[in-house]
Amino acid sequence: MKHHLFWPIGVLTLLLLFNLLYDPSFFSIKVRDGNLYGSLIDILNFGAPLMLVSIGMTLVIATKGIDLSVGSIVAITGAMACLTISRGEDQNALGLVITAICVSLALAVALGLWNGLLVAGAGIQPIIATLILMVAGRGVAQLITGGQIITISSDKYKYIGAGGLFTLPFSIFLVAVVFAAAMLLTRKTAIGLFIESVGNKPVASRLSGIRSGAVTIAVYLFCGLCAGIAGLILSGNVSSADGNNAGLWYELDAILAVVIGGTSLNGGRFYLGGTVIGALIIQTLTTTIYLTGVPPEITLVVKAFVVLLVCLVQSESFRQSLVYRFKTRRYPAEKEVKHHA
Amino acid sequence: MLKRQHLPIFVTMALFALMFIAGSFQYTGFFSAQVLLNLLIDNAFLLIVAIGMTFVIISGGIDLSVGSVIALTTMISATLVQDGWSPAIVIPLVLVLGSLFGAGMGAIIHYFKIQPFIVTLAGMFLARGLCYVISTSTITIDNAFYTSMAQTKVYLPGGNFVSISVLIALLLFAAAFYAAHFTRFGRNTYALGGNEQSAVLMGLPVARTKIGVYLFSGFCSALAGVVFTFYMLSGYGLHALGMELDAIAAVVIGGTLLTGGFGYVAGTLFGVMIQGVIQTIISFEGTLSSWWTRIVIGMLLFLFILLQRLFNSRRLLQKHRA
Amino acid sequence: MEERRPILHMHDIHKQFPGVKALSGVQLRLFPGEVHALMGENGAGKSTLIKVLTGVYSIDRGHVEMEQRRILIQSPQDAQAAGVSTVYQEVNLCPNLSVAENIFIGREPRRMGRILWKQLNRAAARLLEDRMHLTIDVTLPLQSYPIAIQQLVAIARALNISAKVLILDEPTSSLDRGEVSQLFGIMRKLKNEGLAILFVTHFLDQVYEVSDRITILRGGEFVGEYAADALPRIELVSKMIGKELKELESLPRSAAASEEARGELLLEAKGLGRRGAVEPFDLAIRKGEIIGLAGLLGSGRTEAARLLFGADRSDRGVLRVGDNDSIHSPRQAIDEGVAFCSEDRKGEGIIDDLTIRENIVLALQASQGWFRTISRKRQSEIAEQYIQALNINPPNPDQLIKNLSGGNQQKVLLARWLLTDPKLLILDEPTRGIDIGAKAEIQKLVMSLSQKGVSVLFISSELEEVLRVSDRIAVMRDRSKVKEMAGEEMSEGRVMQAIAGGGEG
Repeated sequence: MKHHLFWPIGVLTLLLLFNLLYDPSFFSIKVRDGNLYGSLIDILNFGAPLMLVSIGMTLVIATKGIDLSVGSIVAITGAMACLTISRGEDQNALGLVITAICVSLALAVALGLWNGLLVAGAGIQPIIATLILMVAGRGVAQLITGGQIITISSDKYKYIGAGGLFTLPFSIFLVAVVFAAAMLLTRKTAIGLFIESVGNKPVASRLSGIRSGAVTIAVYLFCGLCAGIAGLILSGNVSSADGNNAGLWYELDAILAVVIGGTSLNGGRFYLGGTVIGALIIQTLTTTIYLTGVPPEITLVVKAFVVLLVCLVQSESFRQSLVYRFKTRRYPAEKEVKHHA
Repeated sequence: MLKRQHLPIFVTMALFALMFIAGSFQYTGFFSAQVLLNLLIDNAFLLIVAIGMTFVIISGGIDLSVGSVIALTTMISATLVQDGWSPAIVIPLVLVLGSLFGAGMGAIIHYFKIQPFIVTLAGMFLARGLCYVISTSTITIDNAFYTSMAQTKVYLPGGNFVSISVLIALLLFAAAFYAAHFTRFGRNTYALGGNEQSAVLMGLPVARTKIGVYLFSGFCSALAGVVFTFYMLSGYGLHALGMELDAIAAVVIGGTLLTGGFGYVAGTLFGVMIQGVIQTIISFEGTLSSWWTRIVIGMLLFLFILLQRLFNSRRLLQKHRA
Repeated sequence: MEERRPILHMHDIHKQFPGVKALSGVQLRLFPGEVHALMGENGAGKSTLIKVLTGVYSIDRGHVEMEQRRILIQSPQDAQAAGVSTVYQEVNLCPNLSVAENIFIGREPRRMGRILWKQLNRAAARLLEDRMHLTIDVTLPLQSYPIAIQQLVAIARALNISAKVLILDEPTSSLDRGEVSQLFGIMRKLKNEGLAILFVTHFLDQVYEVSDRITILRGGEFVGEYAADALPRIELVSKMIGKELKELESLPRSAAASEEARGELLLEAKGLGRRGAVEPFDLAIRKGEIIGLAGLLGSGRTEAARLLFGADRSDRGVLRVGDNDSIHSPRQAIDEGVAFCSEDRKGEGIIDDLTIRENIVLALQASQGWFRTISRKRQSEIAEQYIQALNINPPNPDQLIKNLSGGNQQKVLLARWLLTDPKLLILDEPTRGIDIGAKAEIQKLVMSLSQKGVSVLFISSELEEVLRVSDRIAVMRDRSKVKEMAGEEMSEGRVMQAIAGGGEG
C-alpha cells in the first residue's frame, strides 16, 4: 500500500477496466496499413504531448518551482515551426523541416532558459516568473502567426505527430526517449539528488556546495525543451499552428499529472514514472468521457473530482480522519478545557 | 504613517501616474476625468475579484477559481432570471452560492492540508464545467432590472459619470480596506500569511481565518459575476476566461507578495488601474491588436517584479542576523 | 512540606512516531508557585512532552489533569484556553507583523469591532518597558529586530495572556548573560505570584540557579522527580545519561599541541568585514590549529564564520584560503578545503526529506559535480562507516533524517563535512542542544582532527568547552573581534573579561 506507484496504477487500472466493461472492444487492437490502431493506442498517441510536458514539469516542481508557461511554449513552438515551413518553397523538403524543428526547439529552449534565469538569477518566485511568459506568451504566439492559423502541408513534418514507426505512433517513441533520458540523467547521475535537495532545502543545499543556480536553470531548460517537443507533436498532428488554442491549459493538466503521480508540490522527492501514469490517467479520462457518451462539457467537472479524489487519498489528514471514524473514541467528550480561564 | 514598508505601494502609484501622463501626452482626448473614470467602469469586476484575491494571497494562499466562478455566476443568474425569477432573489442567491463555494474550497484546503493551488484548480474545473452543464451556449438577459443597471449612469459633480458597478466596487474596496487594517479577521489574515505555524501556536483561529478568506474570495467572485452580468447582459461559459491571471497580475503589480504576509488592498486598486490604462492606451493607439495587451502586461509584470525584488533584497541586506 | 495539589498533572503519557517511541509512561507534576525544570538529553522526549501539552501532538495513551480535572488538549487554542502558555525555542511569532501586534494579536483592544491601534501600541510599549525593560519602537515589523529581542517579545506575549502555567522551552539558548538574569528575575517574580513555570533547558547552571524542582527524562521514559536542593549535580547528570559519570574529565589538553604541528598558513583574513554584520577583522589559521571563537550571542561570531566560508559576501578586506584570494561562495570555499557546519541545523543543515545516507554524501557529491556519481553501494558503505564512528541513532542509513533527534541530526551533519576531508572545519555551536555524552564525543573528535593536521574553527557559547579544546581563542564583542589569546593567557576569567569589555581589571 505504501509504494508510491500503488495508487496511480490502481486508478489507471480501474479506469481502463471501467472502459472495458462499457465497451468490450476497448482493448482491441487492429492492424491497418502496417500500423496498430485501437483505443489504447489512441490514448498513448493523444496523450503524448501531455506526457512530455508533464515529465518536464516534474523536475521543475521537484525544485519547489512551477512552470505556468508550458502551454504558451507549446503554442509558440508550433507556430515557429509552421511559420518556417510555410516560408519555404518546398514544404516537404527534409532540409527545411529539419531547420524548422531546430529553430523552434531552440526557441523553446531559450524560453526555458528565460524562465530559469528569472528564477535562479533574479531570484523571482517561480509562480510569478513563469506567469510572465504565460501571460505574454499567447501574445507572442499570435505575433509569430500574425494573428491567424498557419496551415502547412508537409508529410515529413506531419510524421512527428501522426506518423508510425514499428507499427506504433512515432510520438510514443519520442516520449519513451525523453522519459529514458530523464530517468538516466536523474537516477544515474547526481542531478537527481541535487534536484531533490534543492527542492527540499535550497539554503542548506547551497551551503553544502551544490550549485543550485545551475540545477534550477537546467530543470527549466529541460521543461522548455519538453514543451517544445510536445508543441511539435501537437502541430504536426494537425499540420497547423493555432497561437490561441494550442496547448491551452496544458500547464494545469501537467501539474495535475505530476501531483497524481506522487510528487509533492512542495518539492523534494519526485517520481517520473508516477507522472507518466498520471498523464495517462488524464488522457484515459478524456477518452472514457467520449466513450460513454457523456457530454464533453462534463470533462472539466470530472477532472475536478479526480483531482480532489487523488489529493484526498494522498493527504495524510484525510486518511487519518477516515481511520478515526472507525476506531472507538479514546476519550469521553470532555471539552472542559473550553470552560477554563 | 509613512514607513519604509509602504514603499512598494508608492512605486505602484507612481507607475500608474506615469502611464496616465504618458498616455495623455501621446493621445489627444486621453487626459480627461472621464477617461480615468472609464478605467473604473470597464474594470469594476476585475477590481472586485482582485480584492478578494488580495486577501487570499496575503494569507499565503491563491485562488485560481475566480474566473470560473464569475462565469458560473453569470450562467446561474441568466438562467434563473430568464426563467422569471426576480433579481431580488437571484442576486443574493448567487452571492451565497459563491461564498459557500469558496468556503468549501477553504475547508478542504485547511482540514485536509492540500495545497491551495490544487484545490482551487479543481474548483476552477468544477465551476467552469458546471457552466457547460447548464448550457454550452450564451443565454442573453433581457430582464428590466439588469438592463437598467447596465445603462444607469451615476453623475458626479463636473458632468462625469460612473456606473453602479463602480460604486459597488468602491464600497467593497472601502470595506476590505477597513477589514484589513482594523478588524481581527484582517490582522489574523496577515499573521497567517506571515508564518502559519506560528499563527497556530499562538492560538489564532487559523481554521476560521483560512476558510474565511476563501469564503470572501468566493463572495467577491460572485459579486464580480453579478457586476459582469450587468456589463455583458448574458450568461456564457466562456466569460472571464483567464481572469484569474489578470487578478493575480493586479495584486502582484499592486505590491503584494505571493508568499503572503505582505501587501495592501490599496495597492490592488492601482494594480487594476494600471491594467486599465494599458488597455486604454492600446485602444487609443488603434493599430495594435488586442494580443499586444497580453505582451505589455507580461512585460510590466516582469519589470515590476524585478523592482520589487531589488527593493526586497536591499531590505534583506540590512536585516540583522542573530 | 504540606500536601499541595498540583495544578497540572500529566499521567502515564505515551507517544509514538513512525519508527520512534518518543514517550513511554511519562509523568509530570507542576505545582503553583514553583519553577520546575524539565531535563534530559536530546532525544529524551522533552520537546515531545511539551508539544503534547500544548496540543501540537496528540497523546496515544494517558491523560492530563488541570486543577484536578481531566482535560483534553487537541490544539494550541485548547492549551491557551486551559491556561497553558508556551514560549518556544524557535521564536514562534509572525515576523511580518509589528512587535505590538505580535503581543496582542488575537486579543487586540477593540471598540465596536474596530481595532484601537494607538491603545494597542501604547500598551505594548508599556508592557515591554515594565516587564522586560525593553524600549523599542513597537510599530516596526518584528523581523527588523534580532532574535534575542524577538524572544523577549514572545515571553511578554505569554505573560500577557495570564497563564496559569508558563512553559519556557529552551528560552535561554539565544539570550546573553544579562538577559538571562533578567529573565530569571521575572520568573521568580511570577512564581511568587502563584504561576507554575515549566522550564526546559540543558544548561545545568541555570537549572540550579532558578528551579525548585526537577523532572528527569531519559530515552522517552520518566526517571524521577526531585527537589533541586536535594539533588547534587553529579547525580542529576548521571541520571540523565544513565550511567555513573566520571566527571566530564578535562580531556588531555595538549595545551599547545607542539609548535612543530603548527604548519603552514591555511587561511588569512585581513580587514575582512561586511556592513551590518561584522566589523573588519584579521584572522590567521594555521594547519592543525584549533581556534576557538568566543563571545556572546549577537557578537558576530556566526557572521564572521560565514564570511570565511563565502556564505556571505564581504564588502571589505581580503580573504585568502590556500592560493585563492577571492572566495565568494560556499562552492569556492569547499573547493579550497573549507567545511562549515551551521548553527541552524534545521534551516541550513539537514535536508529533511532525504535519508541519512543522502545527507551524509551530499557535500562530497556536490564537490564531484553532476557526473562523477558516488554509487548507491558506496553511499551505503560510507553511511554505515559514519553511523558507527559517530554513534548515530537509529543506525539505519535509509532512515529519513527528519525522524532523528536534534543531536543525531547534528552528528549526520558532522559526518557530511568530515567526509569531504576538509583542511579547515568550521563548527558553529556544534554541541548546542546535544546531550553531555555526545558533547564529549564531539570535543574528542575535534582534538583528534587537529592531531591529523586538520584545522578547526570552533564557535561556542560554552566557555569551558572553548577553553578545553582551543589552541588559541579569538574573542568577539558587539560585532568586532576584540582580542586574541593563546597558551597561558587563556583562562575563563580573562576570556569573560574580554567578552564583557570595559577595560582591564
